[in-house]
Amino acid sequence: MQLFDPKAPGTLIPVLNLDESEVQRQMTVCNACRYCEGFCAVFPAMTRRLEFSQADIHYLANLCHNCGACLHACQYAAPHEFAINVPKAMAKVRLDTYAEYAWPQAMGTLYRRNGLTLALASGAGLSLFLCLTLMMMGNLFTAMPGGNFYGIFPHNTLALMFGAVFGFAVLALAIGVRRFWRNVSPVEASREQTTSAALEASANVATLKYLDGGHGEGCNNADDRFTLWRRRFHHFTFYGFMLCFAATGVATLYHFLLGWSAPYPVLSVPVMLGIVGGFGLLVGPAGLLWLNLRRNAEHGDEQQKPMDRGFIALLFLVSASGLALLAFRESMALGLLLAIHLGLVMAFFLTMPYSKFAHGIFRSAALLKYSIEKRQPNPINAASD
Amino acid sequence: MIDVLVIGGGNAALCAALMAREAGASVMLLEGAPKAWRGGNSQHTRNLRCMHDAPQDVLVEAYPEEEYWQDLLKVTGGMTNEKLARLVIRASSNCRDWMRAHGVHFQPSLSGALHVARTNAFFMGGGKALVNAYYRSAERLGVNIRYNAQVTDIELNGGTFVAAHLSARDAEGQRLPAERIQARTCVLAAGGFESNREWLREAWGQNERGEWPSDNFLIRGTRFNTGVLLRRMQQLGADFIGDPTQAHMVAIDARAPLYDGGICTRIDCVSLGVVVNRDGERFYDEGEDFWPKRYAIWGRLVAGQPGQQAYSIIDQQAIGRFMPPVFPGTKANSLEDLARQLKLPVAPFVSTIQAYNAACRVGTFDHTALDDCRTEGLTPAKTHWARPLVKPPFCAYPLKPGVTFTYLGLATDATAAVRFNGQASPNLFVAGEMMAGNVLGKGYTAGIGMAIGTAFGRIAGVQAAAAAGFITRSSQEPQHAAV
Repeated sequence: MQLFDPKAPGTLIPVLNLDESEVQRQMTVCNACRYCEGFCAVFPAMTRRLEFSQADIHYLANLCHNCGACLHACQYAAPHEFAINVPKAMAKVRLDTYAEYAWPQAMGTLYRRNGLTLALASGAGLSLFLCLTLMMMGNLFTAMPGGNFYGIFPHNTLALMFGAVFGFAVLALAIGVRRFWRNVSPVEASREQTTSAALEASANVATLKYLDGGHGEGCNNADDRFTLWRRRFHHFTFYGFMLCFAATGVATLYHFLLGWSAPYPVLSVPVMLGIVGGFGLLVGPAGLLWLNLRRNAEHGDEQQKPMDRGFIALLFLVSASGLALLAFRESMALGLLLAIHLGLVMAFFLTMPYSKFAHGIFRSAALLKYSIEKRQPNPINAASD
Repeated sequence: MIDVLVIGGGNAALCAALMAREAGASVMLLEGAPKAWRGGNSQHTRNLRCMHDAPQDVLVEAYPEEEYWQDLLKVTGGMTNEKLARLVIRASSNCRDWMRAHGVHFQPSLSGALHVARTNAFFMGGGKALVNAYYRSAERLGVNIRYNAQVTDIELNGGTFVAAHLSARDAEGQRLPAERIQARTCVLAAGGFESNREWLREAWGQNERGEWPSDNFLIRGTRFNTGVLLRRMQQLGADFIGDPTQAHMVAIDARAPLYDGGICTRIDCVSLGVVVNRDGERFYDEGEDFWPKRYAIWGRLVAGQPGQQAYSIIDQQAIGRFMPPVFPGTKANSLEDLARQLKLPVAPFVSTIQAYNAACRVGTFDHTALDDCRTEGLTPAKTHWARPLVKPPFCAYPLKPGVTFTYLGLATDATAAVRFNGQASPNLFVAGEMMAGNVLGKGYTAGIGMAIGTAFGRIAGVQAAAAAGFITRSSQEPQHAAV
């Protein structure tokens, strides 16, 4: 919703929704306190502002890693009447931003019941490939010599199907994050500044800098104790995913450039990458789920747990089915395992722009903006006098 | 029987409990508040004033003992004990490794507090993060921690501690029975009496206008510091020191909560504008000195005004130059409209501002220096940063006195012993706000409360453990107990 601004005809002022107003209220308290400045990027970014517009709120919400440090250190947390809970307020707005910036916009509603979305997508993916397998082979238990799954689905069929879905996901995410980026009050920066900011932001993403608590002992999970395991399990998940992605990339190059067709032997580059990545993608999500189940109820938004857990579970199943396919590719189970794996991967790709996956993209954009912004002079000179 | 009983749950109590436990004593800590409110006033603190002769991790340059002592002497106007003050100062120079070992993290000075980057080490996340770290460490070391355990009486045999008494009480929906807890030795660290409205009323009395000024005070500190134990020690004849009206007292936003307002309720724009009382008149030089050196006197200044009310008035030129307040200011495009919104008498208010504006001799405005912008022929004068209030919108913040903690406490010595008729108790010790008045008789300087609490908490813990038979090297040299 927007309001007409009589002082600036032609400009519309966005009106804050309830979640955004709550962030605005809390940031006003935090900006007068500032004890948490050392924890993460949210608070230094906050001190560059006196007022919090909708764009600022969206930016700060995506900068927040929901580490919990500021909640446990807060003298104004409930039962104090100010009831400050920055991680929770930010999490609520964050979900709103995923939905709002989703492309096409109507698909953003999939975030409202994201656990259901993922379950339905998985069901649809599985049904599709099970049916296709039945259509192609007449049964689900087909062995192929040497585990040659292209004997069931030809390479080009798979490349076309998954290429198209993946391409759409990338496009949708790119459009979404571009709209987010444009909305969060862009700053003018020189090329050198942008380059060093990009390097810093990449390092902050790659190392999950802001899950280290600001002191290196980690973030909170169950209570006011610090743990590095959230960061470590996230690393397992992220790098596991990247290795699996690399495995697919190398295999594609083998196929098109070198003319080497799958299946590849276990000691080949794509399979080794897939095994190591798949292992990470089992350990990481399992650990994250374990932590999530023990997470302090005051951290983040309880209603988003189906989205978080659904995404974690899907990642785990993709990896588990991939490794099972590798292990049993020379048996009768090939057909069934292939259908299950492809169905889950398809569900993952289809929901990429409308699932928890988007958090990485939006957070990276927010971190880049922060790195650019902090290289500019602070517009507010509050009490540094 | 427990060796060391620590009464209180803030920084000083935790330091005492940790030191006593490290000396080998069995320790029980009684926190009067429920767990969610634990930590007393320490949860609202943010830094420690530290002596250092050279740059040290988060501390820049040097802050030698003599300079620290002179600063303390100045703010207290001599109402301090040099021996104990120097003990605190020296202890502040080398307690931080021990603090770190118990999980406290330090960070460079916060934005908006750069003026203390040399003198004060900031706790990452503030005092509640420090309190959490100490509680975790105490639990790990096997200190028996109890919440909702407010001690209402101390049982003495002459000057010797025998037991602490807890009355039957309702806590978090439960009825808890009365208890008598015996221990070999005891440390009292249960805070001042700032949240005891009757005691404040008794101390401040009635003024010439027939008002009870303290009825209009807000409490920035913990709601649990009701001074029950302090009062009881008075009745038991312990030696006391200090004036009950002396306290850390600042002018805060009048809309702040009644208790636990903490840091965010302060109003930092006083020196950028003028302050008027409810009659629309100025009453003190707003530009006397840098705001960090003056904020602690404004609580008492406002307490002296009719209705204990005042209004900090600024114009557009000040926006963005001070820490953003937690509540929005009242804005108006004219002085008349501002007065009407604040319910101030319009004509006197406008004439006060006009007289001030006319008296301003603007030179080169510089808020980082004692600049040459001042008034001429105006009473009271504004001696620095005087710029006419002419640029609308004008903005006002209502002020009331906000009490952080009181200074009346138990007289003590370098061993932190409680004293009766000049005689040190063999097994009863005191730390924190309950004895801060020995070092800080009046005034305040940032981070001194935590310095006193940490130094004397650690001394009291060592001495209490020693009195229970757990002698350590440091307990034999009380002057160096915290060294």
